[in-house]
Amino acid sequence: MADAMSDAGEVSGEEESQEDVMTPAELISKLQEAWLNEKFAPELLENKSELVECVMEQLTHMEENLQRVRKGDVKASMHRMEIDRIRFVLSSYLRSRLQKIEKFFPHVLEKEKSRADGDPSFLSPEEFAFAKEYLANTEVYLRAVALKHMPPNLQSIDMLKAVPEPCLDSFVFLRVKETQENILVEPETDEQREYVVDLDEGSQHLMRYRTIAPLVANGAVQLI
Amino acid sequence: MFCEKALELIRELQRMGDGQLPAFNEDGIRQVLDEMKALYEQNQTDVNEAKTEGKSELIPTIKFRHSCLLRNQRCVAAYLYDRLLRIRALRWEYGSVLPTTIRFHMCAEETEWFNQYKKSLATYMRSLGGEEGLDITQDIKPPKSLYIEVRCLKDHGEFEIDDGTVILLKKNSQVVLFLKSFFSIRLSCVPFNTCHSLFTALFAQMEM
Repeated sequence: MADAMSDAGEVSGEEESQEDVMTPAELISKLQEAWLNEKFAPELLENKSELVECVMEQLTHMEENLQRVRKGDVKASMHRMEIDRIRFVLSSYLRSRLQKIEKFFPHVLEKEKSRADGDPSFLSPEEFAFAKEYLANTEVYLRAVALKHMPPNLQSIDMLKAVPEPCLDSFVFLRVKETQENILVEPETDEQREYVVDLDEGSQHLMRYRTIAPLVANGAVQLI
Repeated sequence: MFCEKALELIRELQRMGDGQLPAFNEDGIRQVLDEMKALYEQNQTDVNEAKTEGKSELIPTIKFRHSCLLRNQRCVAAYLYDRLLRIRALRWEYGSVLPTTIRFHMCAEETEWFNQYKKSLATYMRSLGGEEGLDITQDIKPPKSLYIEVRCLKDHGEFEIDDGTVILLKKNSQVVLFLKSFFSIRLSCVPFNTCHSLFTALFAQMEM
């Protein structure tokens, strides 16, 4: 499904075919998955701007439909509730992302700068602009208030060292969507040794994020 | 002992509960900067002496002063950055206009940072989706109830809401509205006092 969407997305002006590929129900379920993953992952996940755009279009569509419905109709309140719910999930998803961008701003920008051309982007162009402005704003502030009054050799701060990185070793709950074999689990302490686990479809686990990060990215597991 | 003032700045913030912004401690910052200046100048002199007269016994003192300088820089940066995080949270809690009491606690540069942050956020929100964008500072809680019952505290007369219906806002009358309409009343031309009392009275009910 995701491949079909990205293929459709590459051809410009084919907005209609994008919507034909996914029904609204599937779109909303994809939004919920992205929302939960973003909420529970310690680091910023891949950017899903196509999804966001489609959901916004869907919301506008639903609002327009609602205008045409006879007032006082029970259906209208159900639809209104649905619109409010979808808007909440979308807002919450975007807020999660923004909070992580602000929290880890030097690392997020560094990651974006050093990624290869073919790799998927972690930031949408607007998020990238926001992150850059945030960095510039904070640097200007620190310089104006304190740094410029300090001795010459201490007038700059390395943001990459000063701002903590996301903790990829934090534990997350996950549900397996596609069976995975031979996942290597790194030892946590010196006494332990690395071992291998198999993840069965439908099972739920509590593991270190670092171990399953690539599986979240390709959709094989869902964070819960 | 060195770095004590810097530590005091940090403790001051730690004492304050989460989210509260104390007044900007300009005095404290200035004292730390003065201490840094003094340490640096002492180091400059010693470094010159060590180089020209080969007094290598000065080197541990030089290293010690340098560590103090680094620690001061780190503490000051931490103090300022933590304040920024609190100020950032204020935008999400209070909106674009901060209460006057809080504004007095911010120094000029912090106000400038806040204004720039507001602008960045607004630009980002406007860019989302269609023409108007999406205000993600709304919808902080999942929608629980569709309707909200409102009591009017002051006579306002007729008011037209989104879907075209006209409601009569008469003192002490009660009206059932969609949540969205309620917020549009709050933000419209109705005098803020009328809405504010409505809103605070309602908020208590909504929480339940």
